[in-house]
Amino acid sequence: MTSLPTRPRASKRVIILGALSAIAVATARLYAADGARLMLVGRGDMRLKDLAQDLLARGASLALTVDMDLEQGAKDAPRYLSTWREDLGGLDHVLLFYGALGDDLRAREDMAALQSLLSINFTSAACWCAASGSLLGSQNAGSLVAVSSVAGDRGRQSNFVYGAAKGGLALFVQGLAHALAPTGARAVALKPGFVDTPMTAHLPKSGPLWASPEAIAQSVRRAADHGGPIQYAPTIWRSIMLAIRLVPSGLFHKTKL
Amino acid sequence: MLPAPPEFRPDDTIRSWGRIVRSRHRLARPVFRDQLSSLATNLRAEDPGLAVGLLRSYGDSNLNPDGRLIAMGGLDRILEFNRETGLFRAEAGLSLSQCLRVLVPAGWFLPTTPGSRFVTLGGAVANDVHGKNHHSAGSFGNSVIRIALRRTDGALMELKPDNPLFTATIGGLGLTGIIEWVEFQAKPITSSSLDAQDLPFSNVSDYFELAADHHARFEHTMAWIDCLSSGTSLGRGIFSGANWSKQGPLSVHDEAPRYAMPIEAPAGVLNPLTVRAYNQLRYSLKSTNRRPYQAHYGSFLYPLDGIAHWNRLYGRAGFFQYQCVIPAPSAKPATIDLLKRIVRSGEASFLAVLKDFGPIAPRGLLSFPTEGTTLALDFPNRGERTLRLLADLDAIVLSAGGRLYPAKDGRISAEMFQAGFPNWSRFKDLVDPGLSSALWRRVSVSSLPESTP
Repeated sequence: MTSLPTRPRASKRVIILGALSAIAVATARLYAADGARLMLVGRGDMRLKDLAQDLLARGASLALTVDMDLEQGAKDAPRYLSTWREDLGGLDHVLLFYGALGDDLRAREDMAALQSLLSINFTSAACWCAASGSLLGSQNAGSLVAVSSVAGDRGRQSNFVYGAAKGGLALFVQGLAHALAPTGARAVALKPGFVDTPMTAHLPKSGPLWASPEAIAQSVRRAADHGGPIQYAPTIWRSIMLAIRLVPSGLFHKTKL
Repeated sequence: MLPAPPEFRPDDTIRSWGRIVRSRHRLARPVFRDQLSSLATNLRAEDPGLAVGLLRSYGDSNLNPDGRLIAMGGLDRILEFNRETGLFRAEAGLSLSQCLRVLVPAGWFLPTTPGSRFVTLGGAVANDVHGKNHHSAGSFGNSVIRIALRRTDGALMELKPDNPLFTATIGGLGLTGIIEWVEFQAKPITSSSLDAQDLPFSNVSDYFELAADHHARFEHTMAWIDCLSSGTSLGRGIFSGANWSKQGPLSVHDEAPRYAMPIEAPAGVLNPLTVRAYNQLRYSLKSTNRRPYQAHYGSFLYPLDGIAHWNRLYGRAGFFQYQCVIPAPSAKPATIDLLKRIVRSGEASFLAVLKDFGPIAPRGLLSFPTEGTTLALDFPNRGERTLRLLADLDAIVLSAGGRLYPAKDGRISAEMFQAGFPNWSRFKDLVDPGLSSALWRRVSVSSLPESTP
């Protein structure tokens, strides 16, 4: 894989899709501390403005906000992205964080809910990834990191709707990385395990496998700088998921995973 | 599809820093300020709640067993930081540690800080925390400019120092409303290091002489004492003083602790024998070297933050922290009495700290500091035996006109609390009826007869 010299962190220009998610906030703060220029896209004008103010206080040299439903905006992704690149004076990274865990059981009965969950987590995200890939490819530099999930590694009865969408997204990004390889631009699907965020507030959080959004943010930043197209966060999940994929279905079907 | 708004969910894991009380709470974790109003108005006198931060208070001032808690840690945005004037405004859940990451590189510091940076701004206000520079800066509340307070009737109030609710909220243990954000004036620094010096003293009387002589010389002072030594060495220890270096880099502390206690220590690791050995070693090492040295603020102001979960050192039973302040006139004799009683008990306090508070009056109705001497001690929880010792210490403090620090307390009686904080009845009228804590229910009982003519 070719890799062009990356810009010093201090002047990184980053588009953050789903900027109000807990992992996005933690990641944005890492970039802000290095003086980055940030485009924050998400839903809720006041929340975004508060976040922008916070990031400026923490050292960002620019923090712009766009209040947008990213699922709705996906079909115009190419236009939005190139505008935002202009606003930032260039582009180093597109980081995609948005997604919804949804109600998997309901989505299997209610086709509108099923479509909506797939649209949020896969269809619209794929549009943003495709458009980012074109833009980064055309400039022969920069990287896309899309947050996928370990849930996408094996279909399990508890959340295969979410899992299928996130697994599909990872395949999509992996293909994109392959397509981008000759250009020097990169694409990475990052697969976190359990993360302690508002999205998982309803789950009991005991055990050593739960990671903080701050820890995942470090992985996002590393993935944006180097590494292969599929990365796990923390890296222990690569081995865990390998083991889970290797369990024969005869045995797997006896579990409640 | 937005994530569902935060709800109160059962949680058995909430512990205060002393880890004695094990209880169940219903916990909500808001992330945005706009989520607070519905959580706040949900609270009522029959089922009250309490906003909490990083749970560094030791006893039960931050607990509401079988009731509700609002964990404020998700509200950690900086709302305003003026690098020219040092004006800093942030949501209440921001930790002092995070404040410093932004303040220090710009040449600013917290106006004062407790011995841990893992304290939220809301907690710093609600306990009117003090630090090693009390004699020059007062307590945290002295540098607060504005507070936004969310009452459980839904009102959002912006409080300035002339508002009675401001004076109730400073040191008000989170009971006057939910603190949404805090604005304070930071202090300029020219270096992130301090020029420090350690001066040994061979007994507690010498401490008082040393402190009197050296107070004006140092912006930061505190003393560690060996509270197992007795006789002519009663209360021997090391006085440490420091001033900010005039020049140097403005480098931020390491965020991650260097060491961690992964599990609870077996009972009895901290016993009189091990503590005596530690004290002996520490005293002999420090007393031979009086040379000035330079130390980063991270190690000088926050020595224990280098060890994550150090409170697990006390094992499963947890520990009591005891911190009193004795007004200046009776400080020396009362401190001697306290130390004698502790020596007689044979209970080993691993951490014993002595410090003189200066004359700057705190602003809060329930603020702890007052001009005099404060003594802070840790005692492993050995049940009745420990409680008896602490009750004896209470009697000494009470007769010397002193009081205890609510942030450290999990057991004092209503009488002791009310005697120590004569403004408590004025405070009581300003408490938000939808808020409560285990400590407040214990100490707000009207057990004292109304003063008779």
